[in-house]
This record gives sequence, C-alpha cells and structure tokens, in this order.
Amino acid sequence: MNLALSDEQILLREAAQTALSRHRTIEAARAALEDPAALPDLWPTAVEAGWTGLLVSEDRGGAELDAFDAMLVAEECGRVLAPVPLLGVLPATAVLDRGGHAGAERVAAGDVRAVYVPARPPCSLEPRWTVEPDRGMTRAALPTASVSGQEVTLNGAVAFVPDLPGADLLVLAAAGEDGAPVAVLLDTGADGVAIEAVTRYDATRPLGNLRLNGARGERLDADEDVLADAWYLAHALIGAESLGAVQTCLERSVEYAKERFTFGRAIGSYQSVKHELVEMLRRMENARGLEYYAGWARESGPDEFPLAASAFRSAAGEALDFAARAMINVHGGIGATWEHDAPLFFRRAELSRRLLGGTRDATDRVAERTLAEAA
Amino acid sequence: MDLNDTPEQAEFRARARAWVEAHRDEAPPRHGSHEDTAYIDARRAWQRRLAEAGLAGVTWPAEFGGQGLGPIEQVTANQEISRARVPGILDVIGVGMLGPCLIAHGSDEQKARHLGPLLHADEVWCQLFSEPAAGSDLAGIHTRARQGDDGRWSLTGQKVWTTNAQFAAYGLLLARTDPDVPKHKGLTMFIVPMDAPGVSVRPLRQISGEAEFNEVFLDEVMLEPDAVVGGVGNGWGTALTVLMFERLTIGFGSESFGSPASLAAQIAADAAACADPEVRHRLGQVITDFTAVRFNGYRALTLLARGQIPGPEAGLAKVTMVNAAITATDLGADVVGPEGLAEDSEWAYLISFLPGLKSAGGTEAILRNTIGERVLGLPAEPRLDKGVPFSELRSREKEEVA
Repeated sequence: MNLALSDEQILLREAAQTALSRHRTIEAARAALEDPAALPDLWPTAVEAGWTGLLVSEDRGGAELDAFDAMLVAEECGRVLAPVPLLGVLPATAVLDRGGHAGAERVAAGDVRAVYVPARPPCSLEPRWTVEPDRGMTRAALPTASVSGQEVTLNGAVAFVPDLPGADLLVLAAAGEDGAPVAVLLDTGADGVAIEAVTRYDATRPLGNLRLNGARGERLDADEDVLADAWYLAHALIGAESLGAVQTCLERSVEYAKERFTFGRAIGSYQSVKHELVEMLRRMENARGLEYYAGWARESGPDEFPLAASAFRSAAGEALDFAARAMINVHGGIGATWEHDAPLFFRRAELSRRLLGGTRDATDRVAERTLAEAA
Repeated sequence: MDLNDTPEQAEFRARARAWVEAHRDEAPPRHGSHEDTAYIDARRAWQRRLAEAGLAGVTWPAEFGGQGLGPIEQVTANQEISRARVPGILDVIGVGMLGPCLIAHGSDEQKARHLGPLLHADEVWCQLFSEPAAGSDLAGIHTRARQGDDGRWSLTGQKVWTTNAQFAAYGLLLARTDPDVPKHKGLTMFIVPMDAPGVSVRPLRQISGEAEFNEVFLDEVMLEPDAVVGGVGNGWGTALTVLMFERLTIGFGSESFGSPASLAAQIAADAAACADPEVRHRLGQVITDFTAVRFNGYRALTLLARGQIPGPEAGLAKVTMVNAAITATDLGADVVGPEGLAEDSEWAYLISFLPGLKSAGGTEAILRNTIGERVLGLPAEPRLDKGVPFSELRSREKEEVA
C-alpha cells in the first residue's frame, strides 16, 4: 500500500508553484474581468515546463508521465486561478499519442496548440455520444463525419469548448455514417471551421463555440475507448483544478478567521465559523482521496477510471461550490466585493460546475457505473 | 502509487487467508443476540482461536500474547476476516483500546494478571467513561472515588453507553478522586471487577428496541489500592491514550455501515428507480463518499506503514461515513417504500442504528471542534472552566439553573 506522492511528484509540484509564481495570476484574474487582454498567455510557460508533453510518450519527445502527475500540475494551476490551457491540450495529446500520431510530437514541443473538443460517452439514459449544447438540458448530437479513406468531412457545432480560442489543432469526436464516433484531427485554419471566442462569468477560462461546415480533417487511429478516456481525463483535470481552488479558499478563510475579531475574540473561535471551515476541509480531503483513486485507476485499473474520474470530479466540484461560498461567508460583506479575491474563486466555481456536462453529470455517471456493475 | 502489499505484507496476508479459509466452517454466525449466552460463548471461543492464530492482538507485544507487528498487519488480518464473512473478535474495545492502554500505563502485576484473559476473551472488558452528564466534556464526570484510611477506594456514580457490560468481567473506569482541583487534574483510572458488590448493569434500549448498550450503576463499590491504573490524579492522560486507540479502532475497523453493494443491487433491480434522476443523484453521492473514505483509508494506511499515526483529521472519515450511511439507508428504504421498514428489512435496523452512531466516539459537533483547533489551528472557544476547581464549577452550575 503506497498512496503518497513520490519525490519526483513533490518536485513536479514545487516546480509548478515556482513557474506559476512568476505571473501574478490572481491579480490578472481580477484585471481580466474588465479587460480580457490582461489575462497572461501561459502557453509558453506550459511549454517551457514540459506540461504540453506531459502525457506524450518519450519517443515522441514527451515526458511520458501519468495522469496523476498532470492532475498535480492542474491542481497548482487551480490554486492560483492560472489560465494554463491544460483542459484543452492534455486530453488532445492523450488521444494523439494513443493513436500513434506524429502530431503529439509537435504539441509536446510547443510548435502547435492542440485542443480537445469534449464528447460525452453514452449512458443508459442517453445512448448516443453527445456534445455540449448552446443552452438547455438536451445534449447536442456529435458533429457528423463523412469518411473517405483517411479524410473526414465534418458538419455540426459544439458549444463551450475550454481553451478553444488560439488553438491550431483540434482533436474531436464526430459521428460516422453508422453513428459510431470517429476520432478526427482538424486544423483550425481549414475551410469551413468557425470559432467564436466566448467568456462566461469566469474571465480566467477562455471558451469557444465551434462550427463546422464541410471542414476537412484527418481520421485518427483512436477507438471509442480512447475517446472515452479523453472525456474522463478532462473530468479528472477539472476536478484537480477545482481541488486546488478549494485549498486556496480554505487557507485564505482560515487565515482571516484567526485575525478578524468580533465581540473580543477571533471569529474562528466561534463554533459556527469553525464548523464551516472544517466542512471545507472535510470536502477537500474527500476530493483528495478520490484524486489518488483517479490517478491510480488511469494507470493501474483502467476499467475503474470512468468511475474514479467521475467520483473525483463530483466531489471536487461540490467541494469548490461549498468552499467558494463559505469563503464569502467567513469574510462577511467584504467577501462579496471586488476588494477581495473571493469573487474570483466564486466565479471559477460557478462556471466549472456547468462545463463538461456539469458536476451533476459526473455524479450521475458514478451512479451509472455502479448500477451497471450491480446489474 | 500502488495498492498492493509489500512482499512481507503479502506473506502475512497469505497466511491469514489460509487460516481463515481452513477454519471458516467452524466460525459462529456474524450476528446474534448479545443476550444469548450460547452465542456469546461461541464468539468468545472464536476470539481465542483468532488470537492463537495470530489474527487478533496483532500489534500487541509477543510477551502478552500478541504478534508484535504493526497496525498495517492488523488491518490486513481484519480485511481477511471480513472477506471470508466470518466474525471478528468479540471484545473489540478491550483488545483495540483498553488492553493497549494497560500495556502503556498498567503495572507489571496488572499486565500479567489481565492481558492474557482479555486477549483470549476469557474475560471481556468494558469501557466505563461516559456518564449521563458527561460525554463530549468527558473530564466533567461525576463518579466519585474516595480513599479510606486503609487505602481502599469506594466508588459511587453512574456510567452509560457501556457496550458489553452485561457479560464483561472487568471495566476500565474513569473516576473523580479530587474535586477541589481543576477538573482534568482530579481524575484517576481504575480497574473494576464487574461482579464486585455494588455494581449493577441495566440494559439501555435504543431506537431499534434492541439493547446493545448498558447503564452501569456503582454504589459504594470497594476497590483495593492496586486497582489504580497509571497513578492517582493521572486519569486524564490515561483516558487520552484510550481515546487515541479508539481513533485507530474506528478508523480501521472492519465494520462498515450500510453496504453500497446491496444498495446498488436493490436499485439496479428496479427499472423505475434506475431511471429516476434523484435516486441516481443520491446514489452517485453516496458511492462518491464511500469511495472517498476508502481511499483516504488507504492514504492513512500508507502513513501507518511508514510508522506514522494518523492525526485527528481521521475523525472526518467517520463524519463522512456515518452521514453517507444515513443517506444510503434512507435511499434504500425510499426505493422499497414502507416495506423497507419491515422488521426483517435490511434497512430498518440501520435506520434505527445510525442516528446514535453520529455521537459514538464523540459527537459530530465536538469532532468538528477538535479538528478545527488541532488541524486548522483555529482558536479555541473561550472556556469558563479553565483553572477552576471542579467543586466550584458544580456549585456555579447549580446557581445558574436555579
């Protein structure tokens, strides 16, 4: 039994802290609320640190580390709300690398930016592969693919793709004529590709709406399992970002609860405040246990990865919902103003819970996998 | 990162599994009435066999009948016992908490006299700490021990929530020996023979109607001077040792409350439940919580395997576990309907049992206080009892409620 960070993982985490500390990311998150251009471009930081090739095999120039290592980096990004496009690039490289595609090498080297277009694997209540809709609870159909040899012609739309603006390459799932998903690599400069940059509430999370009108891409040698893995990997990464944000919410709130006095004593001595802080800790610890599970499962128990990643995202997402509100509560009125950083974490929580199918969808997937197992 | 045993652990596990597999047919049922003497005797005999096979008291030193191994091996043994669906030891409190306290604080004579029969269940022990007016604030106990001129002690008072008292041979009892000093300082730990004149045990019925706990009354119970454990006035430190072992016992016991597998099987067999978004959402949350507790258990085992003792944050696992079990049993019975409350329903017993479990080993509120102060470093609530002699506290209380 060994569920602890290795020395290398501790170093990786410290290196991430150091690299991110060179950018004032939390200040930038506030500035970006009024001026999106204030958001630093952390792609060069990611390339320099080797994060773009983190999941790429060594013979393609990557570091060939585990998903858990990627989650540790994502956690550090979440702690300081750093807009490193890990949600876009890492699942994209996982698909490219598993498909044996040379594009993985160019992404690892930082020559091109690749972004994963999330597609949700079916479940018993929704038996199709689907993507994010423009609005509402009805999932949208995958873009359609008409396949001719290695060339694929694409039509359709996907809303709210994380990190889409600025991407050079897209890794996406499209429905072939038989309805089965086909993995496709698409150049964003190709004819028939339209990308609309959107920001929703959280200025640190660039999103994009993608429209495909007869755009031509390249078929990737990646099956449904590889596409499903990318979806769960994205869940594990957004879970890790959320967990990192929870940690900051807790640290800042505890610090404040020790130094703010009312009625002659620190507010952290009051049971109501103390218990709210302990609840943040409890949820954070639960999410952390599941982060280990997700990391372990991706390498050593892939059959459990869908359950593990979904449980992790569910726990971490709910933990962040709770922690972001609790941080505002503990700080009182000031926590609800731009004078404080709490609203930045609150904005992060509010958008995160609605991306990639939403936190509730991850919770439902836990039930789905559990029921499938029990049936 | 891996979930596998080290070669040494694997060898221990293989031995444990081989023994349990070879003897599982001789084991008594896992559940039975604690008022049924024949059942209790069968459980005693089974505990003796587990101890002799080296699967109970694994962390105890060899000189007291243990194996001198680490907590990770005890957890491994518990896992194998649980895996084979045979019962574990009868006296979890004695072997897990009270015996280790005697090993730490007892005299040589006490250890020589008591530890062997305790481990082999010839003499079951009970924990006489909580009182009707002192639970979370355990140092506020009232049970009074007075020493006579002949050195003998006379004990009078009342204890409650006492598991196994109805068939225990001995109890480890916390009493007040000096009311004129601040409350933590005037306490002393005693060994009490449960058949001593003046000890009476009364079953305490719980929500389910069963009596798993007892009240214990002490009316001028006379004890010899050598009944004291750990020195007069040192009772609080001795009690903290027991509570530290309690944390380990609760955190790593083989008990789990509310089986996620049977909940999932029940929902899976009901097409309407399977498709109900609310049922699915609650199930997803319950499974997420249970899984989080399981993996945090593995994280704690990693610490144990490295010789570190988990801190008070381990109490958070209990909070999550109990609340998830409550959600799980409510959901299980919701899916069944009123029939889920039938006497033989697997949910009815747990629905009755779990509300009390919230307070077992410390109420949820006091656990959150402890963790907030010891783990997050938050300031303690101002206290009105610091440095005040216990007798004065008592008279203040009386004035306030008058």
